[in-house]
Amino acid sequence: MSADVMQRAERPAWMEEPRPITQGFKGLTLVFTVLVVIVPFWVVLATSFAPDKQVIANGGYALWPDRWTTNAYDLIFSGGQITRAMLVSGGVTVIGTTFSLVCTIMLAYALARPGVVGGKPVMLLILFTFLFPAGMIPSFLVVNGMGMRNTYWALFLPVLINAFNLVVMRGFFQGIPAELFESAKIDGAGELRTLVTIVLPLSKAVIAVVGLFYAVGYWNDFFRAILYTDQATMWPLQTWMRTYVVQSQNSLISVQGGVSEQIQFAPQTVNMAVVVLATVPILCVYPFIQRYFTKGVLTGAVKS
Amino acid sequence: MSVTTKGPEAQPIAVVSKPPGKAERPKSALRHRLHRDRALLLLMAPGVVFFLIFQYGALFGNVIAFKDYMPFLGVVDSPWVGFANFRTLFGEAAFWDAALNTVVLSLVQLVFYFPIPLALALLLHSLMQGRVRRFVQSVVYLPHFISWVIVVALFQQVIGADGVINGTLGGSDGHLVDVIGNPDLFKPLMVMELIWKECGWGTIIFLAALAQIDEGLYEASALDGAGPWRRFWHITLPSLRAVIFLLLILRLGDILSVGFEQILLQRDAFGPDVAEVIDTYVFYHGIRDQNWGVAAAAALFKGVIGACLVFTANKIAHRMGEQGVYR
Repeated sequence: MSADVMQRAERPAWMEEPRPITQGFKGLTLVFTVLVVIVPFWVVLATSFAPDKQVIANGGYALWPDRWTTNAYDLIFSGGQITRAMLVSGGVTVIGTTFSLVCTIMLAYALARPGVVGGKPVMLLILFTFLFPAGMIPSFLVVNGMGMRNTYWALFLPVLINAFNLVVMRGFFQGIPAELFESAKIDGAGELRTLVTIVLPLSKAVIAVVGLFYAVGYWNDFFRAILYTDQATMWPLQTWMRTYVVQSQNSLISVQGGVSEQIQFAPQTVNMAVVVLATVPILCVYPFIQRYFTKGVLTGAVKS
Repeated sequence: MSVTTKGPEAQPIAVVSKPPGKAERPKSALRHRLHRDRALLLLMAPGVVFFLIFQYGALFGNVIAFKDYMPFLGVVDSPWVGFANFRTLFGEAAFWDAALNTVVLSLVQLVFYFPIPLALALLLHSLMQGRVRRFVQSVVYLPHFISWVIVVALFQQVIGADGVINGTLGGSDGHLVDVIGNPDLFKPLMVMELIWKECGWGTIIFLAALAQIDEGLYEASALDGAGPWRRFWHITLPSLRAVIFLLLILRLGDILSVGFEQILLQRDAFGPDVAEVIDTYVFYHGIRDQNWGVAAAAALFKGVIGACLVFTANKIAHRMGEQGVYR
């Protein structure tokens, strides 16, 4: 974070000092906005760490745990269905994001080079999908026809390349000065070498943002698993949450095959612990990538 | 290798010679270009294959809207039935209810959601303290990255029947708020969730537009005696005009798609009467009830109308002298 942003900006001479009532109103609005976002997360976090007795007594939540306990987390990590769902989510996110990024970068790079054979028709082909996106049923038929149902492929291959991300990436590559490509060529570098040694190091910002968009998309998806799989063992975390947290089916039984000693846990603490665990990865990558948002998003907005 | 590296340099010449040579250009020219660009073509291949299979293959699958699709026969061999699926679809009251719900919900969300990112952006832009602004931005962007599943879970936990607000403020005489599952409150709840999740993210584009306004304009008008409100009215708002129109147009094209995931998650709690939209109709009738042809017809209907709306909206934008989404 640069120092000039951190400092208090100088008010220009022509600008009036706002009236106290305006300032107060602004302050209140900001505090309210921030609280509205943060408080729900706090409630979930507090509930997940609260003892189940307190949660049951309150009717399903806790604002401040009487005693901080990790019982809910211990239960989740003891190797039941939720542990598996988390592994599925993590695996799909890592593998899917890798495949998506590699394919998007390759396609965007080729389409960004002027005059490549077939570049224009391929770009039109891609832009056309903005107007007519593939629908749910035809996509299902394709996945089914390729025999990918009930395989993990179905969780990321059908959405491998996002046209919007591709356009963002291509726009960024096109903005790289042509002289760099020429000097690489003079040095005898082929296309692949140019891509790896010249273009990629310059494109960290856009790769970070597009990578985050892909990763968040894979991590947050619950629907493809519903559409393309029949067995709950293949469910990612979000699909699990949809069934047991949102639709309030009792998760207690399914955590570990209904062992009786676990009855003492309030399902709500377990549910909220799952919500916390599903949120944490996003909170972890977010600060690192946040500074690139505006740049990345605006490149996309201008180009499309 | 030497041929490939020559590529981009030879390229402008190829473009210049294109108009006269298109018909009579010898075949070897294409072969030469293919050879020259072979590395790039190889890079392109996986992406093109993806689009051909999963976008265009799926687009072709839409023909089952005109077929009596039988899974064991497959898309190609299922018998044609003409417009029978559409006749069935248009005769179904459930479909028209879903279509009406879709449009109404879209408009309600547009009217109540749209002004808020704009207002928030103006507020953030007016802050002199960079540090406060950065902090608030980090916080309000965050929900955009949270899944709808979590958003719905958070809402249940806070304003649900057993949620925090009822528990702490409702007292013993029943519920203060009973939002989840109450059909009358479905639309307000959807709007609230949308605002909570997306309004911070929605400020990005407005903030960028605000940052591009020339400070000199403000200074000049302030010296001419314009107060803060006049400056807002005559400089800030006109400068945002293009962005506002662009976003409204984009929304118009999307009017038949309201948050599929958001609604699918809560459809069962509210019942299909209020919470069925075209997309959920397609899912439940097509994939759940195996009513393939009719559901595909519904999706195709939606897609065609949606594309028409985008065209129309773009035309309107050009008429009004705006850039529009595309040319």
